[in-house]
Amino acid sequence: MIFITQTALELGFMYALVSMALFLSYRVLDIADLTTDGSFVLGMAVSVSLAAAGHPFLAVPAAMLAGAAAGFVTAFLQTKMGVPSILAGIVTNTGLYTVNLMAMGWSSNVNLLKQETIFSLFKGTGIGGGWYEFVLAAVIVVLAGLFLVWFLGTRLGLSIRATGDNRDMVRASSVNPVLTVTVGLCISNALTALSGAVVGQLQKSADINGGTGIVVVGLACLIIGETVVGRGSVKRGVLAVVVGSVIYRFIYAVVLKTKIVPIECLKLVTAVVVALAIAMPSLKAYAALRKRIWTASRTKGGR
Amino acid sequence: MLRIESISKTFNPGTVNEKKALSGLSLHLEPGDFVTIVGSNGAGKSTLFGAVAGSFYVDGGSIALDGRDITFLPEYKRSRMIGRLFQDPLKGTAPHMTIEENLALAYLRTSRGAAPFSRISKKDRVFFRERLALLDMGLEDRMSQPVGLLSGGQRQALTLLMSTIVPPKLLLLDEHTAALDPGAAEKILALTKEIVSSNRITCMMVTHNMSQALDLGNRTFMMADGKIVLDISGKERDGMTVDGLLTRFRDRAGRALDNDRILLSK
Repeated sequence: MIFITQTALELGFMYALVSMALFLSYRVLDIADLTTDGSFVLGMAVSVSLAAAGHPFLAVPAAMLAGAAAGFVTAFLQTKMGVPSILAGIVTNTGLYTVNLMAMGWSSNVNLLKQETIFSLFKGTGIGGGWYEFVLAAVIVVLAGLFLVWFLGTRLGLSIRATGDNRDMVRASSVNPVLTVTVGLCISNALTALSGAVVGQLQKSADINGGTGIVVVGLACLIIGETVVGRGSVKRGVLAVVVGSVIYRFIYAVVLKTKIVPIECLKLVTAVVVALAIAMPSLKAYAALRKRIWTASRTKGGR
Repeated sequence: MLRIESISKTFNPGTVNEKKALSGLSLHLEPGDFVTIVGSNGAGKSTLFGAVAGSFYVDGGSIALDGRDITFLPEYKRSRMIGRLFQDPLKGTAPHMTIEENLALAYLRTSRGAAPFSRISKKDRVFFRERLALLDMGLEDRMSQPVGLLSGGQRQALTLLMSTIVPPKLLLLDEHTAALDPGAAEKILALTKEIVSSNRITCMMVTHNMSQALDLGNRTFMMADGKIVLDISGKERDGMTVDGLLTRFRDRAGRALDNDRILLSK
């Protein structure tokens, strides 16, 4: 049980960065950014490759920079080239496959053997004892969360929020939507890549397929978190993604351990959960309408 | 102040939906002018505002504000100098952001344009409270509530405050009280008069209320077919009645004014 909890907390915090990125792109900017899968692997690839070359610390900012660059490409396609936002993400994501292979030296996976990682170096300091992996992941996530809350309160951050909240207003305000969308997607993909970078160094490996479906998992965590914590302010949203991510990883770990659901089915279950959660308002409205029609037919002519 | 030289704009050129919205329109505003604009359906009133605000670039002609040519200046750069209110009170504010955040967005972008990371300070908050109190709607005690909870009238009042919190060079009001209930409309109109006169903002206002068009401001334009067909001010305007205005319009435009809302509101 302690092992499950520990794993859930570690992975939950690390993958929370993906949900945090989706909170920024999907909730704040109102853009379904499908670059996520690719930029997660990009972060992983850059991070592990640089750690393999003996630069575990440099690896983290480098991975974030690479993620931001991927976000920039998606933003450029949709703001300047008129590519619909979902397609822009898919196009970038497809291109990233090759870039990711390149980042791993044209190999489909890279492993760290005896090289140091941020985790092995942090273990050396003795902080956190047996929980050192969790402590480091938590520190990174808390810093990222604080940054996001601070940033979304600045003039630029408020402009980004307004861009996602009311396009009409933004068009008539002195906010340049090209700039706000670009900055927003750069930051969100940098966060996704940060997640990939941390997970890669923890697992000591990067795999070209390591990010498949991560966008749906991230959304699931976001929705679970919002159901538990509620929606509203930015602070609440950032807290929600961490809570949601830990809950998701906890369920994942339990399933993995107890095999209630065959582990192969987990992606399908996740997809169904996400689809249902997003469809909930429509389903509720439909049910309410059917109920009205039913009661109306029973009371003859609706009187 | 605002100098427009024969601008034209055609929407959907070369298709069956081709619409000549502005054709060789010129106008010149003096600083402090408060112009009311009336006109038929599709006369080009909103298109004129769109051209001035930069929602699109005009096909021909030029627009200059305060001596600066803004014909090809992007919309977001113009809006630092030009405030704009729409008929729809939901258009001017971000519903999921708080009153304070909405005001901050309007205030920080105009007052501290060069500092992207500036934040709301205590001083700003006190300032926002003072300005909100002037609206006399109790909004100063609801600063941390999302704007989506406010009524249409309150949202339009907030939009008005946001677009004038740093007084713009030019304020464009596009039937900004038309979608409100009579009480709220009256209140917003009173606020508009007060804010515009105390800050001496040059202002253009589209209205479908003919008597309002003559009551407010110092000049009245009548538009038809993408042009200004009548521009009255001074003594001529002081002695003008609604019927006189309609007669003058028929003489100039060669037909009667056909704005369904004007007919209904008469």
